[in-house]
Amino acid sequence: MFTRREPKIDETELTHIPGAEPQSRMDVWWWLVALVVVIIVGLAVAMPDPYWRILKFVQDGLWITVVLTVVSFVFVLVLGMLGGLGRLSKNNAIHGLTTLYVEIVRGVPLLVQLIWWYFAFPVIIQTIGKWTGISALAGYQSNAIVLAIIGLVVCYGAYMSEIYRAGIQSIPKGQMEAARSLGMTYFQAMRHIILPQAIRVILPPVGNEFIALLKDSSLVSVVAVADLTRRGREFMSTHFNPIEVWTMVALLYLVMTLFSARLVTFIERKTKFER
Amino acid sequence: MEHIIHIEEVHKHFGRVHALRGVSLRVKKGEVVVIVGPSGSGKSTLLRCINRLEEFDKGRIIVDDIHLDNAQNINTVRREIGMVFQSFNLFSHMTVLDNLMLAQRVVRGRTRTEAKQIAMDLLKKVGIPEKANAFPAQLSGGQQQRVAIARALAMNPNIMLFDEPTSALDPEMIKEVLDVMLALTKEGMTMVVVSHEMGFARAAANRIIFMDEGQIIEEASPDELFSNPRHERTKAFLSKVLQI
Repeated sequence: MFTRREPKIDETELTHIPGAEPQSRMDVWWWLVALVVVIIVGLAVAMPDPYWRILKFVQDGLWITVVLTVVSFVFVLVLGMLGGLGRLSKNNAIHGLTTLYVEIVRGVPLLVQLIWWYFAFPVIIQTIGKWTGISALAGYQSNAIVLAIIGLVVCYGAYMSEIYRAGIQSIPKGQMEAARSLGMTYFQAMRHIILPQAIRVILPPVGNEFIALLKDSSLVSVVAVADLTRRGREFMSTHFNPIEVWTMVALLYLVMTLFSARLVTFIERKTKFER
Repeated sequence: MEHIIHIEEVHKHFGRVHALRGVSLRVKKGEVVVIVGPSGSGKSTLLRCINRLEEFDKGRIIVDDIHLDNAQNINTVRREIGMVFQSFNLFSHMTVLDNLMLAQRVVRGRTRTEAKQIAMDLLKKVGIPEKANAFPAQLSGGQQQRVAIARALAMNPNIMLFDEPTSALDPEMIKEVLDVMLALTKEGMTMVVVSHEMGFARAAANRIIFMDEGQIIEEASPDELFSNPRHERTKAFLSKVLQI
């Protein structure tokens, strides 16, 4: 028979709030972030030509990469939650549709998806506009950044759905039953009981997705978005110094990904609770 | 006295397993009914049908004049029925106090102050007000189960269902949970309890139901059932559990 051992209780634990303890162990990997920043600044100061010029040239691209990633990720989190709930739905139509979405998106390379959204999607909209006589659609002008965001969100939303699904399924069934037996609706139980616990479980894979998205955002340089990668290529095509340009671009990506990884670890520690 | 739970000819299948085979049972207001029987006899399934955590296939269940098979809003039924589980099922990301307050606020629409007052009163009643700000994982099993009982009571239910509430507990913690349950029976709470605690059944039950293979085999007062069981299967079961 299943028996539960009595947990050892330290009296100080009883008033202790998880996550609120002072940060006793400094996360040493912050030093790596600092080191990369020092290298970038050092290069720019010691050799302003070309490094400072590269930095000045690509800074608007850097900004676009950050905005593109953060905005896309917010939508990915929402779409992923809807997709994850859809995959768990008992309604066959909803379950079928979300499964189809996940399967299709996972089977096509992201680069191909981005190209499809940029080149094929506007033509489809325009054609529909011509058939139906709606001039707003027929004269649709594509906006590279918007289509790039759509492409990234649709693709990453599918992967995120699976992460949400796994996270929700990892919460013991009894939690939902207890919530429902108290009279909560399915959505109240999801909102107050299941998702808050699931989100803590999925935080590490979600953090990984953010970093992967940050790196994959470089693919949008192929579809007319002037992000960091594209600006690097533009600088190189006029100055012919591939080593310096691509080293600097790589360092800039590295500092962003390393910083994000630290941030994820920090949030993980803050939201930890005893099971 | 009026009947608060009517169960009529209820059938339930799990795939090819016929878990409930035409069970009928009536419970009066204020009555304490203890269901006993070997494992796999369908007693937990029957209990879970009363608040429709489990759907049944055939028959009728009426709770508080509401027909469960076509209840438009099952949540209005469930808020009147408290349920206590074998594995406690406390919300592990919340403090004990929040566990007791959440449903009061989102389901009953009580204010924070009201809910907190009720929660603290109940924690005093189950004897652990000092644990209000602890997390479930910091409590012993017995304490967790007492919190779970308090959480159900906070909704002011008319009926309390207990699904093997002491089966996951170490022996020394069983009494503290049974004492809370015993106190509840004295207040006139309608209770349906699935349990292996024959001592509790003898002390608190108005009626004992013996179930086997998805059917009610025998029902009687504790004195009658323990001293003079009529059916062979009841005798066999009791001789096993009472020996230990």
